[in-house]
Amino acid sequence: MAAIDHKGVIRQFPELEWEASSGSLILSPEKVDEVVSWLKEDPAYRLDYLSCVSGVDYLEKEVKTRVRNEAGKMVFKTSLSPEKMEVVYHFYSMEKKTGPFILKQRVLSRENPVVTSLTPHYGGAELMEREVYDLFGIRFTGHPDLRRILMWEGFQHYPMRKDYVPPNDYEYEPTPHGDVLERARERREELEGQSP
Amino acid sequence: MSLIGKGILKGMGVTAKNFFQSYYRKERLPTVEYPEEKATINQFSRNFPFLLYDGDDPVDGMRCTACTLCERACPPQCIYIIKDKDENGKAILSPRIFDIDTSVCMSCQLCVEVCPYEAIRMDSAFELSNENRFEGLLLNREELLKPNAYYHEIHPLEARETDDRMAAKAALAEAKKKARQKRARLAAKNKPPPGLKKTPPTRKKPPQREKSE
Amino acid sequence: MSPVQTMPPRSYHIGKDDLGADILEVAMGPHHPSTHGVFRMDLKLDGETVVDLKPVFGYLHRNHEKIAEDITYPMSMPFTDRLDYLCGMTNNWAYALSAEKLIEIKVPERAEYIRVIVAELTRLVNHCLLIGFFVNDLGALGTPLLYALREREKILDLFEVLSGARMMVNYIRFGGVRCDPPDGWLKECQRIVDAFPAFLDEYETLLTENEIIIARAQNVGVVTREEAINFSLTGPMLRASGVNYDIRKVDRYGIYDRFDFKVPIGGHGDCYDRFMVRMLEMRQSVKILKQAIRDLPEGEIMGKAPKIFRPAPGEAYGRIEAPKGELGFYLISDGTPIPYRFKVRPPSFVNLTALRHMCLGHKVADAVIILGSIDIVLGEVDR
Ligand code: SF4
Ligand code: SF4
Repeated sequence: MAAIDHKGVIRQFPELEWEASSGSLILSPEKVDEVVSWLKEDPAYRLDYLSCVSGVDYLEKEVKTRVRNEAGKMVFKTSLSPEKMEVVYHFYSMEKKTGPFILKQRVLSRENPVVTSLTPHYGGAELMEREVYDLFGIRFTGHPDLRRILMWEGFQHYPMRKDYVPPNDYEYEPTPHGDVLERARERREELEGQSP
Repeated sequence: MSLIGKGILKGMGVTAKNFFQSYYRKERLPTVEYPEEKATINQFSRNFPFLLYDGDDPVDGMRCTACTLCERACPPQCIYIIKDKDENGKAILSPRIFDIDTSVCMSCQLCVEVCPYEAIRMDSAFELSNENRFEGLLLNREELLKPNAYYHEIHPLEARETDDRMAAKAALAEAKKKARQKRARLAAKNKPPPGLKKTPPTRKKPPQREKSE
Repeated sequence: MSPVQTMPPRSYHIGKDDLGADILEVAMGPHHPSTHGVFRMDLKLDGETVVDLKPVFGYLHRNHEKIAEDITYPMSMPFTDRLDYLCGMTNNWAYALSAEKLIEIKVPERAEYIRVIVAELTRLVNHCLLIGFFVNDLGALGTPLLYALREREKILDLFEVLSGARMMVNYIRFGGVRCDPPDGWLKECQRIVDAFPAFLDEYETLLTENEIIIARAQNVGVVTREEAINFSLTGPMLRASGVNYDIRKVDRYGIYDRFDFKVPIGGHGDCYDRFMVRMLEMRQSVKILKQAIRDLPEGEIMGKAPKIFRPAPGEAYGRIEAPKGELGFYLISDGTPIPYRFKVRPPSFVNLTALRHMCLGHKVADAVIILGSIDIVLGEVDR
């Protein structure tokens, strides 16, 4: 399958960022409608098929990179990579049988991330974007029916976020899992207590 | 379509053929009346893991060295191992507690694949219903230990391969040991350099791990 | 965190349409024999006609992706069996394919051939079961389904000999397959594959000309070519609408470029076409299987996979043509042995997007067969 060249889209929209490490086009939510409808119609691209929509959550974290300092030596530099959320779209072209083309909507906020929905252009985005909303809490403006999909209505958290802690309030039967774990720990402590 | 209902009649013909042939052709009626009659289990099928031992005494002949590789590889975390210790509190290479929670186990066989000592294998027994669904399905070390002969009975092909592999390994270890002894003897005879004795390579210890929740 | 949108409490609501007739709101499912598992359709009915439909699911949700982001790459393999539990082999392959994109591993010839053989056998299993359930939804209770189950049983026995389990196979590994087929397996496989067209002939005589099936399934749930692409439909659903798009032909993953097979295409995009496309696909699978068994080379079955699977930071999206459509795995690695992001692109989940569109204006009984023709498995929809 032929890969898709990104130069055309950069020529058309020179302000867009191309992330070479992942081979994807980074978009801010405001530009989505314009760029996506162009990609869909442009004869060189014709990205008519939206294959996959995934949310990704990045916490704020320190990254170490090796850089050359003024003296010409390689040193480690720590920098802070900001918290962000991404919605990754994988496009293919059914007409030209090419792909994939990766497009990422990036928002630098985890509090209330809002991106633009692709449902006006691709009907197939409907359930997939609902899933991203459900599991990551990313809102899609322009989505016709943004509700929970896999979790139940009224569930308060977004379970796929990296800082999600499962609440300890499930109404579960006494299954052997917790019980066994507990007993294993007790026995371990018992044994550790015996040893000098 | 010349005759309405022709397709249905043709279909009825197929059903009738199947119906009558089911009286005398086995492949038309493959049902096995289970409790009275049991389907044969083929020797490759797997169900839940069990531990192997050599010789007569289950605990002495246990192959498992409590290396906890399987515990770490188990996706649903249903294996619990606690290493044994001797009177002085020194760890010895066998598990004191080895539990497998068969209500959680998903029969994936990853534990078997990682075990370096051929100590854990998949059983194919399937009538495992139990009155107590908590403790009854939690198998402990004694329940898990089964002799090598049992292994040969349920998975003959695999058991033979395992035995061959173990024999080869043992032979290799034996040969290495001999060679080492010989070398040591030779070295001792030729020129014993004082203070520069070569220490034989110590046996690699299985990785120790802090137990986590 | 923003407050969760909440729905008003649901009730059986009877309103009026423009002419004063009653609109009835019915929750069909989750425990309904025709919904193939715990799946609910919230229908709005005008008489017997569907005027609105909302699929509701998630009853089987276990957050497979979150589990996979807690454990190492190889440990997720047995969990993928449980996605679409009818097609363990293809799920394994899709995951292995994505992981092999993260770390370049050369898969040996023999393993590639074995993968093709098991994947096509899985396609036979899935399609013959689906057709059985589809006519079951049409009212042919039992008989055709049991014939399908009878054939499926033979293939499951093959899987059991090969991998140890009938459905939760956990057979494909990063860089190859777990074990070599034992002696005689190939012969048995050959025998079953050779006998399969006879079963297909019988099945087609039983079903394809049946007037009831034709009357019930033709012109029901039509999706046009453009709609199918727009709804991101894949697999037999897409091809029944007349789009020639088969990932085996387009991506040529594995060694699919070596086999001679055709891609069946439908002309109308209705339920009958979806049924027929699957029927014809089984014949093509048999064709591929015959070639693969004939050409299976001797040799290694595992490539040089690293002992600890620790990919460099990066991402990969691998997809295959699973029996139900495009099954993709999107993996992001941050350089540790545990995936940073593990995303499944399940075919039947995405295909459900078109359900509402297909059902509007049809009768309730048609909604049942339209759902049947999508071929959903709730283990995969809910994950
Ligand atoms: S078979 Fe799989 S789930 Fe069961 S104990 Fe072994 S590793 Fe764990
Ligand atoms: S991997 Fe084998 S030797 Fe190690 S603890 Fe498990 S069963 Fe015992």
